[in-house]
Amino acid sequence: MNVRTTLLAASIAAFATFPAMAADPVKIGMITTLSGPAGYLGQDIRDGFMLALEEGKLGGVPVELVVEDDGLKPGQGKQIAERFMGEQGIKLFTGIVFSNVAGATVPDIVDNDAFYVSPNAAPSNMAGKECNPNYFVVSWQNDSLHESAGQNATNLGYKKAFVLAPNYQAGKDAIAGFKRYFKGEIAGEIYTRLDQTDFAAELAQVRAAKPDVVFQFHPGGLGITFLRQYEQSGLMKEIPMVVAEPSMDGVTLAAVGDAAIGLNVTSHWNADFDNAANKKFMDAWNKAYDRPVTYYASQGYDAALAYASALKATGGSLDDADAFRDALRKADFESVRGKFAFGPNQHPVQNWYALKVEKGDDGKPMLKTVGEVLKDHGDAYAAECKL
Amino acid sequence: MTLFLEQMLNGVQFGVMLFLLAAGLTLIFGIMGVINLAHGSIYMIGAYAGTWAAAETGSFWLGIPAALAAAAVTGAAIEFLVVRRLYQRDHLDQVLATFGLILIFNQTITILFGRQPLFVSMPEMLGGSVELLPGLVYPVYRLAIIAVGLLVALGLYLLINKTRIGMLVRAGSTNREMVRALGVDIRLLYTLVFGLGALLAGLAGFMAGPILAVQVGMGEQILITTFVVVVIGGVGSIRGAFFASLILGVVDTGLRAYLPGLLRQVMVGPEADALGAGISSMGIYLLMAIVLLIRPKGLFIRNS
Repeated sequence: MNVRTTLLAASIAAFATFPAMAADPVKIGMITTLSGPAGYLGQDIRDGFMLALEEGKLGGVPVELVVEDDGLKPGQGKQIAERFMGEQGIKLFTGIVFSNVAGATVPDIVDNDAFYVSPNAAPSNMAGKECNPNYFVVSWQNDSLHESAGQNATNLGYKKAFVLAPNYQAGKDAIAGFKRYFKGEIAGEIYTRLDQTDFAAELAQVRAAKPDVVFQFHPGGLGITFLRQYEQSGLMKEIPMVVAEPSMDGVTLAAVGDAAIGLNVTSHWNADFDNAANKKFMDAWNKAYDRPVTYYASQGYDAALAYASALKATGGSLDDADAFRDALRKADFESVRGKFAFGPNQHPVQNWYALKVEKGDDGKPMLKTVGEVLKDHGDAYAAECKL
Repeated sequence: MTLFLEQMLNGVQFGVMLFLLAAGLTLIFGIMGVINLAHGSIYMIGAYAGTWAAAETGSFWLGIPAALAAAAVTGAAIEFLVVRRLYQRDHLDQVLATFGLILIFNQTITILFGRQPLFVSMPEMLGGSVELLPGLVYPVYRLAIIAVGLLVALGLYLLINKTRIGMLVRAGSTNREMVRALGVDIRLLYTLVFGLGALLAGLAGFMAGPILAVQVGMGEQILITTFVVVVIGGVGSIRGAFFASLILGVVDTGLRAYLPGLLRQVMVGPEADALGAGISSMGIYLLMAIVLLIRPKGLFIRNS
């Protein structure tokens, strides 16, 4: 054995013991959207994730969270991921809010043998044939959101629905998802503009079509405007509405106010869920932040719990990727939504609930859970995934 | 039939909102020769000032003077501090300077009010809907917007055509130097015109508050459409701006409401919907292109 191999062996030995040194925390890279009108989504995911940290530890292992803003630009998300992996050697990722950013960034991460746990976006192409053993989703598959709304409309006994969504990919997916589980007839279908501010012409058509129910998907500011105009035109009293959670999160509700009362929402999580994990989460949230909680925060929290369960099982070691993956796949944590498991494509299998906007005890409108819509619901793409 | 009438009312209401913005823009563009991209920012400032005042005092009506004052003061300040230096420069310099103003105003508003949209509730007497004809129910507030817009149009007509100030404005737009030679303070006149344009934009912004979200960047969304109005109506013509606004409002609403339905007669549902949505969002620009081909100076350009 010459000097060179001795040195090599020594350095391998040094490297192998490296992660076991308690002083060096495991780095988790969070790429998320913090700027622009949608900045509150990333902010909530980040803050929810932080709540799960106990004195800087996840599952008893010290971790360091590195956060960067993708500015809702796919290219920027990809660059951050490359920098995180190249310069900082980060192996664990999470945080992306939007499907277009995820589509550009996540394949790069998992191809480099790093792990990604999605706290929000889960586009259909990555759930089916292109599923990946290092890609996990703790939120939902995108279509499930609107499938649950369709099932809710069916359960509520509506026979004729009018559907509206903006004219872009997510809008078309929303309408397709709704139709997949709505058993009645579609009275009308309108694609609005993404920059539209006045919906009077569309609302007049809704009124004329006389549907039993309206389904609409308008995220963020669009949804706020749509709901207000829907209420002002007097339609809220005549034609009930069903939506999925992106059209009615805690912030939207605070902005729309009383106009939202009576709205039917479907969600996989709600602030009033009666389980120990959720109570702990809500207590921590209310203590730490003075703003309405959103489901984004709950998903950030669950993503942290998922990582915590795997870190705990491996004692913080990422050397054996297979062991870490197996531990993650077990989903051995108490989700704030209650029952939770990963399906064959590592997307959630979970229950969906019907919520209704009602006046709370403090006079402000709030989301109240009223029943179950779908039980142990996976997604339509799991069968195409060969893992 | 009632649906058609309702859509026409929607079109007129949209047109009237466009007119309040376009009137100021066309005056400033036509009379002073300045392209003012920051006009949309004044609309936003009016909306924010009015909404904030209404929320603080709890009275919708107190929001009106606040919106008007904030918009007029901002307008006069922009003229005095920035635009006054640009009359002799070419349009590109003006575009650059006023685009810079947009960025400054947007960022200032973000710092002051944050990114969450603001809302103002409607006054009691304007809430709810009335039945105009059997089966034709229309929100009172939108009717009020139409009424205010028509009153403003009438007032502007009288101001421009029947008063001494209006005469000076018309004279100033034809021959600036001659008016100055006659001893008129043309700079003061310009500041007044700019302030008046800003006032109308502020009014439009505040009236939009209860229906739309008051948010950063709301001005830019409507500014492009407003420029289309100015081009179709003819630069500098209030009359042109009025009719062009109404035509545009009705055409845009009509296309959005009826085009997908018409296309569905000849092709499959989802494709018709997507194509209809695409064409209707291009509609007003197509209209502008056609008008420019036939009447390059605009539909209603004044005799000169």
